[in-house]
Amino acid sequence: MTPEEKTAETRQLEQVWAQPKGWRALSDVNNSTVGLWYIATAFAFMLFAGALALIIRLQLAVPENDLVPAETFNQLFTLHGTVMMFLFAVPIFEAVAILILPAMLGARDLPFPRLSAFGYWCFLIGGVFVSSSIFFGQAPDAGWFMYPPLSTEQSGIGADIWLLGLSFIEVASIAAAVELIVGVLKCRAPGMHINLAPLYSWYVLIVGAMILFAFPPLIAGDLLFELERLLDWPFFDVTRGGDPILWQHLFWIFGHPEVYIIFLPAIALLAMIVPTFAQRPIAGYSWIVLSALGTGFLSFGLWVHHMFTTGLPSISLGFFSAASEAVAIPTGIQIFAFIATVMLGTVVRSVPMLYCIGALAIFIIGGLTGVMVAVAPFDFQAHDTYFIVAHLHYVLIGGMLFPVMAGVHYYYPFSRGKQLSRKLGIWSFWLMFLGFNVAFLPMHLTGLLGMPRRVFTYPAGLGLEWLNLISTVGAFVFAAGFLVFAWDCVRPKRREPNVARNVWNAGTLEWATPVPVPSYGMRSIPVVNSRYPLWDDKEFVPAMDEGRGFLANAREGKRETLVTSVLDAQPVQVLRVGKPTWLPMIAAFGLGAVFIFSTYKLWIPTAAGGVVFLAALLRWLWTGTAIIPEKSGKDVGGGLELPLYVSGVRSTGWWAMFITMTGDLTAFLSLIFGYFFFWTVHPQFPPEGVDGPGWQWPAVSAVLALVAWATTLLARFGNRAGRVVLARWLLGGGLAAAGASVLALVAGPVTTGLDPTTNSYPAIVWALVVWTVAHLMVGMVMQGYCVARSMFGKMTPQHDADLWNVTLYWHFAGFQALLTSLVIGGFPLLA
Amino acid sequence: MPGSFHRTITLTYVAVTSLLVAGCSFEQSALHPAGQDAGELSALAWFMFAAAVVVWSIVMGAAIYAVLGRKRPKSERFADRLILGGGVAFPTVGLAILLVFGLSLLPSWTSAETPDLRVHVRAEQFWWRLGYEQADGSLIETANELHLPNGATVEFVLSSTDVIHSFWIPALGGKMDAIPGRTNQLRLTPTKPGTYRGVCAEFCGPSHALMAFPVVVHEEGGFEQWTEQQRQPASVRSDAFLSAGCGGCHVVRGVSEAGAVGPDLTHFGSRSTIGAGTLRNTRENLIAWITAPAHIKPGAAMPSFQSLPEAERAAIADYLMELR
Repeated sequence: MTPEEKTAETRQLEQVWAQPKGWRALSDVNNSTVGLWYIATAFAFMLFAGALALIIRLQLAVPENDLVPAETFNQLFTLHGTVMMFLFAVPIFEAVAILILPAMLGARDLPFPRLSAFGYWCFLIGGVFVSSSIFFGQAPDAGWFMYPPLSTEQSGIGADIWLLGLSFIEVASIAAAVELIVGVLKCRAPGMHINLAPLYSWYVLIVGAMILFAFPPLIAGDLLFELERLLDWPFFDVTRGGDPILWQHLFWIFGHPEVYIIFLPAIALLAMIVPTFAQRPIAGYSWIVLSALGTGFLSFGLWVHHMFTTGLPSISLGFFSAASEAVAIPTGIQIFAFIATVMLGTVVRSVPMLYCIGALAIFIIGGLTGVMVAVAPFDFQAHDTYFIVAHLHYVLIGGMLFPVMAGVHYYYPFSRGKQLSRKLGIWSFWLMFLGFNVAFLPMHLTGLLGMPRRVFTYPAGLGLEWLNLISTVGAFVFAAGFLVFAWDCVRPKRREPNVARNVWNAGTLEWATPVPVPSYGMRSIPVVNSRYPLWDDKEFVPAMDEGRGFLANAREGKRETLVTSVLDAQPVQVLRVGKPTWLPMIAAFGLGAVFIFSTYKLWIPTAAGGVVFLAALLRWLWTGTAIIPEKSGKDVGGGLELPLYVSGVRSTGWWAMFITMTGDLTAFLSLIFGYFFFWTVHPQFPPEGVDGPGWQWPAVSAVLALVAWATTLLARFGNRAGRVVLARWLLGGGLAAAGASVLALVAGPVTTGLDPTTNSYPAIVWALVVWTVAHLMVGMVMQGYCVARSMFGKMTPQHDADLWNVTLYWHFAGFQALLTSLVIGGFPLLA
Repeated sequence: MPGSFHRTITLTYVAVTSLLVAGCSFEQSALHPAGQDAGELSALAWFMFAAAVVVWSIVMGAAIYAVLGRKRPKSERFADRLILGGGVAFPTVGLAILLVFGLSLLPSWTSAETPDLRVHVRAEQFWWRLGYEQADGSLIETANELHLPNGATVEFVLSSTDVIHSFWIPALGGKMDAIPGRTNQLRLTPTKPGTYRGVCAEFCGPSHALMAFPVVVHEEGGFEQWTEQQRQPASVRSDAFLSAGCGGCHVVRGVSEAGAVGPDLTHFGSRSTIGAGTLRNTRENLIAWITAPAHIKPGAAMPSFQSLPEAERAAIADYLMELR
């Protein structure tokens, strides 16, 4: 290849991947832009929540203080916890992963860039909505876990803001989880067998999966919560058969894994940083992967340790104590693997390493106090006191904030091409490290001396004065340290020289790009044969630069990246990913309007928002997904021709649907859990004198749903066999059957006169009906969409990705319809 | 764990804190135990603190040695051994010991034996309704100040009428939630006479911070005397109290027994605090309270009586102080 041809290729890549300029920059969807926005926004929310914390500390600096009234104080700590957890700790994981994962895997972008952008806009809109409520005195005020009945019966609009704002942000989290899981599974560079994948991507995979199983129970809980607040369906009202403990279960089935959803991605950053500064491969790679999996798995069996004082039987206390202790073991393995790596290597002292050591020192204290509170009897004293406040901050600051700070220092040159200041880094570290410990170490004692958490004041004379004053001073030192860091990040660096390529001499793929990083990332996609290709193969980077890898050009003027197989990363497809577009942003604003206006019960703007959302979404799908390419395949280099269009199991879209629906199924099963929870807490369930929906209508509905499901599957076979018209008729018939199924499902409780406001039983039956009806209706839209695609020639016997994905949706929706009918129609016959 | 270790450490701790923070009473402290459970749990706390310091020092020592220490080349096998030894063997053994020992303290929380005394506690925003169960099953009702006989095993029967609260007397032992629609039991055995302080530990609304109660643990015979006194109806009447409508919400046995919305005031004058541990029980404080309760205690259900003439408010206060 001549130098001219090479220059031409580079120019093609530059044109195709160029970032939009000016105000159009906001329409960008590329991971390196969206990732940066995401990180900056998450840190902005963190600063805001930190400022709230400083007001809290000022109020508590002296006993019997009256700086802020009780009502304001309650809003302050509720919003502090909510913002830190939902707008910083979880999103920062998604943000960092969106930024660095593609380069680390050798992909040009994530598989669904527009979905990342959509998630980002949802996060921004929802976050601003929730945060700004405090300026109107309408912030949520029942604590960040919103226990009913306080939150359902006595809170103002703040509770709705909390609920709807967060539901909206959960959409963003699940979108990111889908994106990142598919990214790790399907977008690794050729040859990067799953056991060669960087540890960071393993953690992303595990955490993504955890989000799918942890967030949906909260979404189900939110649904019940809002149904109670909006329509007076008594899920948590004891006077009508509800039970506030159900919320605690649903919240903590989410809430405990969430701790690990926050912690594991931060540890993942350490797993990248430590080998670089030890200048050797990580020790115990397999041990780390296994223990990360173990942590993720165990974290779902711990939630009850947040409920030790609710009056559970001793056997539960023993079981959950033991499980809570056990999770310390995989955590210990990961920590010792890092220590072993450093012991075996040659240490390069640097600011990221300083933050790593600081993180370890803080996190271990949090882990050890965690072991203490996991011992149920001790928790009876420590629970709901400042001991817990200290414990959770040690875990989160040591297990999340400090590693993320290490990560920002480490990856800053990767993203910006400049270094953060070493001097300022050392200053910020010591201010934050000392300030943090001065603020939070005394709180262990404060708690055991009897100070409950969430108190707006405390009396003098109990020995709490000095401890609280010291904590307040420490908090301000800590804040000062963070401001030094923030300044270091944002201060202008235009005059400073660019860093050298691979400035830390790291071994992983994300450091292979030149500085400044071209918009397209790497010149060509390499074949990866080792965990640290930059260390193991001196020819690796030159080969990439010379375009000897795959996809060295963008001849067709499309943004392209490689899709490989799940386990052994064999190339299977050239994936065309989205270009800059306003549609994700418009869709997010539409959905945001739905959530925000419905909080204030403004139904017309809510409906308008819904229409905008649906229109934007359909346009996005219609014009941007499953596009039939102009040719069947493309030569990606090295004589390898890969298809431009695949459908079914090999495609990224199918995996995204599968992953989304797994999360959806979890939410549905959480509702089923609610149904049976009411059964266990009531001696008579269904209650005396209340007729269920009967078995006849649910049975009819189930049969019709099965028909809709079967016809969709048959349509896929028919279409593939070339019987396109038959497939359309089958889909149309399925659509009709699904509609009839909806009517039959609603007919059950309507004909027997089940009133959801009277008791928790009819309420949970109706909740299941509403859920299933919504799923059947989405399924109908999908069937109609496929018919339309087929009529307009956008879906053919060979190009049937839409139909594959819709069929997959129907596997889940059909199953849920069947289970709903069985439970609401069948269970009363047994009980 | 030997008891002497704990005694020494607790005594040292109490001595040191008392010196450092002169004038503090630590009557709400889990580390200044006055009950059987609190004693065992503070011993457990100190034991775990000590163990935590040791573990932290070992792990951080290893980490800092790894970063700063002079290196001799080490083999991959060394790494595996370190990971398995430090990450698997060490915590498994340590945690197993802790778990067996820690959970052995559990059975004292729930027991089939009949307790010496049963006290019914109903938590309400933001105060405590207390009923002392008598031999015949009847209750002596009072509020916001708990009296217990030293050395007796007391079972608290906990319920709530509005939101979730948590009943906690740190000096005596652990806490237990009071949840609407449910009844929870908690057993505590005071071992040292004195005055302590209990609080609500579960966030319950605007005045969560002001939902406390004094706890008096009596010497031998003192509790019986107190009970006898509380059993008596009030001996004096007050027109000011009745005409202001106080009886609509408050019971003063023998005088006005219609309303039981708010705390029972039959022996209000004998209590040491106003508003569930919010103010000391003095005449001035009581007048201030009657004038504007929600000003002192945000969200308190009692209405303001500012509209009453000052003299009447004072008369009501005088009357309540008289109810000893």
